[in-house]
Amino acid sequence: MPKELIRLSNCTMAFDDEVVLDNINLYINDKEFLTLLGPSGCGKTTTLRIIGGFQMPTSGDVFFDGVRINSVPPHKRAVNTVFQKYALFPHLNVYENIAFGLRVPRVEEQKNEMGKVLSRRKVKLSEKEIDQRVMEMLEVVNLRGFEKRRVTSLSGGQQQRVAIARALVNKPKVLLLDEPLGALDLKLRKDMQNELKRIQKAMEITFIYVTHDQEEALAMSDTVVVMDGGKIQQIGTPEDIYNEPKNAFVADFIGESNILDGIMRSDGVVEIFNRQFACLDSGFEKDEPVDVVIRPEDVDIVPENEGQLKGTVTNVTFKGMQYDIIVDFYGFKWLIQTTDLSPVGSRIGIKIDPDGIHIMKKSQYSGMFGDYSSYSEEYEEISDAAYEPGEDGQEDGDEK
Amino acid sequence: MNLGSRPGLFSRLFTALVFIFLYAPIFLLIIFSFNAGNSNSVWHGFSLHWYGELFQDRLIMGGVYTTLLVSLLATAIATVAGTFAAIGFYNMRRRWREPLMVINEIPMINADIVTGVSLCLFFVAAFAAWNGFVTWMEQTYRLTAPRLELGFATLLIAHISFNIPYVVLAIMPKLRQMDKNLIDAAQDLGCTWMQAFWKVVVPEIKPGIVNGMLIAFTMSVDDFVISYFTAGPKTSTLAMVIYSMTKKRVTPKINAVSTLLFGAVLLLLIVVNVRQARQEKAAAKVRRR
Repeated sequence: MPKELIRLSNCTMAFDDEVVLDNINLYINDKEFLTLLGPSGCGKTTTLRIIGGFQMPTSGDVFFDGVRINSVPPHKRAVNTVFQKYALFPHLNVYENIAFGLRVPRVEEQKNEMGKVLSRRKVKLSEKEIDQRVMEMLEVVNLRGFEKRRVTSLSGGQQQRVAIARALVNKPKVLLLDEPLGALDLKLRKDMQNELKRIQKAMEITFIYVTHDQEEALAMSDTVVVMDGGKIQQIGTPEDIYNEPKNAFVADFIGESNILDGIMRSDGVVEIFNRQFACLDSGFEKDEPVDVVIRPEDVDIVPENEGQLKGTVTNVTFKGMQYDIIVDFYGFKWLIQTTDLSPVGSRIGIKIDPDGIHIMKKSQYSGMFGDYSSYSEEYEEISDAAYEPGEDGQEDGDEK
Repeated sequence: MNLGSRPGLFSRLFTALVFIFLYAPIFLLIIFSFNAGNSNSVWHGFSLHWYGELFQDRLIMGGVYTTLLVSLLATAIATVAGTFAAIGFYNMRRRWREPLMVINEIPMINADIVTGVSLCLFFVAAFAAWNGFVTWMEQTYRLTAPRLELGFATLLIAHISFNIPYVVLAIMPKLRQMDKNLIDAAQDLGCTWMQAFWKVVVPEIKPGIVNGMLIAFTMSVDDFVISYFTAGPKTSTLAMVIYSMTKKRVTPKINAVSTLLFGAVLLLLIVVNVRQARQEKAAAKVRRR
């Protein structure tokens, strides 16, 4: 049974009149890799900053190991942060950056049973211990030999590693990572994903990871928290999130989805385009309007006369592993991924297995996503998952 | 005439004239400070006589002492106050910061005479009220307190107040360049806000602080008008001493002291400019990487 480490209970955050977090409830287990995933402005960075102690929720409570820590300042929390753009100290070299946290004299308090402070004494680590721990960390992040280098002379990936080492050297129980790979190029990003996962396993601590990159989230996390508009949309394992999205937003944000209007005729039977399809979902009212998700890879292309639905191919893009084709069914455009080429203009039929159909309750997001009529723009948006500076509703959202 | 060609005779002549107009008076002053004779128009040979005289003159040396003391103290206090003020501005929301920065800049563009007169009026009015209160106390309760008047303290306050805006202005760009997350990062690693300030913010903005300090010192040494209105009858800065000397008779001693003052201010300005140029170069280098 995993142990609960952090709990956010009814956390709301508002700057002036703008609600950035809306009644968030979330618990995070010990040694878990949890990802806060969502588009910019969804409140994921604010959530992280609340856990880090940089912001106090307007209302609601934060618990750490069962103790309420709302007003505990950052320097007294057993968490450390890897900041967006790293925030390394430019006037210090690699070694001193990593040693920074170890050199800060800590005040050790002795308390009696009543919690009253009996004595305070400053604790300083010896140079020998500092050296040992810094060297250990350099080993962990593969930066042996870089001790004397200026941080400004390092590459993005190396700076990233210094930032991780600087946070981990303090032996935090939780490491917070705020879009740590955002500024790196794609190849390096993939390497660092593996690296981070390895470090998390080796150090046996909790990682709370903020990203807007769904692939990153799926690849690394034990638990994914999908957020939008300051609300949690869904919490689950990467598989749950991908296979059983709760609403149209999650289905659209995670991977590619065709989202259609359907009507639940009975358990296991859904009607799309006036045709009935077998599915595995149940528990809906009879004749309840629903959102139907069909992933592009779950569609089989068959000759026109054998298909459950018939349509015309309007666009083909070669993707290397597969073709992405856009098919027009009665005016609604679907994205289908297939290894067989069907040329533009050809008529095709499709079949969908019951386990390829996922039914969702109607939500505020119904009708907003999942139509590939505006295919090209949509694609640009996805490939543009690159770095966006200035994240979320941070305190001075009026800065820019 | 196209811009790439060598400048013609006319433009060279014009440039030369501009420089002559600008620097001939100062040049003349410097030359005649080394005059052996008593004249400001007839050359009697090279001598350091007036410099020797200068160091004998108790009035002038008193002025130098006052100037240095008030400049050093005002610079030190204004640098500390200005640094914290800059950090305050930096942490403000934009809608407050922008108008306050404009207010910060007003004293710099305001005419010195207006600043001087207004400070003088303010001090006089405040002291009149206080002194009236002391008199009343003495008459009613037989209690007494020192009466206040214009003097070194008011001079110092005036200098501090006109120096602070320069310090703020020198530090702001350094703060803006700083990664906003640095303070958070330091606190995250165990620092209190004050520790983060000393360990991270100060090293980051140090070039700005030093520049602000140098500018403030230069402004203090340089000032005449504001000092004149706030120093009172008994205190005199070097500039005030020189001014009062010219009322009696212009001796080459004034040339000598002015030359030294000019040299000192010039040196400070060169230091400030070289520093700024170097920092810009370094910043450009980082940006290119």
